[in-house]
Amino acid sequence: MVLRSWRPTNPLTQLRREMDRLLSGWVPDGLEWPWSGMLRSQPAVNVWETPESIHVELEVPGLKSDQLDISVVGNQLSIKIERSGPAEENVTYHRRERPVGSFLRVVQLPAEVDANRVEAELQHGVLTIKLPKAEAAKPRKIQVTSAS
Amino acid sequence: MANENTISKTPAQESTQAEHTRAGFYYRPNVDIIEHPDELVLLADVPGARPDGIEVNFEDGTLTLHAKVAPRHEEVEFLVREYGVGDFWRTFRVAETVDAGKISAEYADGVLALHLPKAEAAKPRKIAIQA
Repeated sequence: MVLRSWRPTNPLTQLRREMDRLLSGWVPDGLEWPWSGMLRSQPAVNVWETPESIHVELEVPGLKSDQLDISVVGNQLSIKIERSGPAEENVTYHRRERPVGSFLRVVQLPAEVDANRVEAELQHGVLTIKLPKAEAAKPRKIQVTSAS
Repeated sequence: MANENTISKTPAQESTQAEHTRAGFYYRPNVDIIEHPDELVLLADVPGARPDGIEVNFEDGTLTLHAKVAPRHEEVEFLVREYGVGDFWRTFRVAETVDAGKISAEYADGVLALHLPKAEAAKPRKIAIQA
């Protein structure tokens, strides 16, 4: 039987951390390999996990809650964003960098979630979605009893 | 960049001469600059910034925008990490035609809107033709 402790000594995690530390001096955070290059037409996401839930975060400046459509089907989270530009006529654009249009992002969740208890919060242009894990997917601490 | 239909962050490229109170990396906010007959409007995406953490300075024809963004999750182990979180910083050269004393700003939902009214002399004027 192979026993592997999950966090501290996973060699990949360790390598990744080490590389992060080495590169943190000059590689900008936002350009982290390899995600940003692969997904150019989709809004970027950050995903992290706690024992109880999965968290997904997106930067969606200027977005109102009615321009957002979030749905969970199985272990797929879909986020649809409709970002409208200022529709003004008789004006000249000197810069037009802010993306407009509709964007769809589908995130494969690493665990089963309880779709009824998903919460989403929009604050200062940052959308945070909290997806509580289904009971079956939560880590369970097993009590060891010793017969004395 | 503008036509790519992306939502992505670009690192700040301008050299940051001003002193920093916090070490770290700066992002360059995406902006729209729209010219109206009587003013320029600058819209900047600064998601995560709080209204009290935004500084806009105008000095010697240079407009500097600095939006502080507090770290949101330092302790977490990311499963996917496609963007970083940090301050936004960008400077613009502003033509003399702007009335610097009347620049105003408002902030909502992660978007900073700057209004740069044109100086009286620079406003378009229709000249009546005498017959």
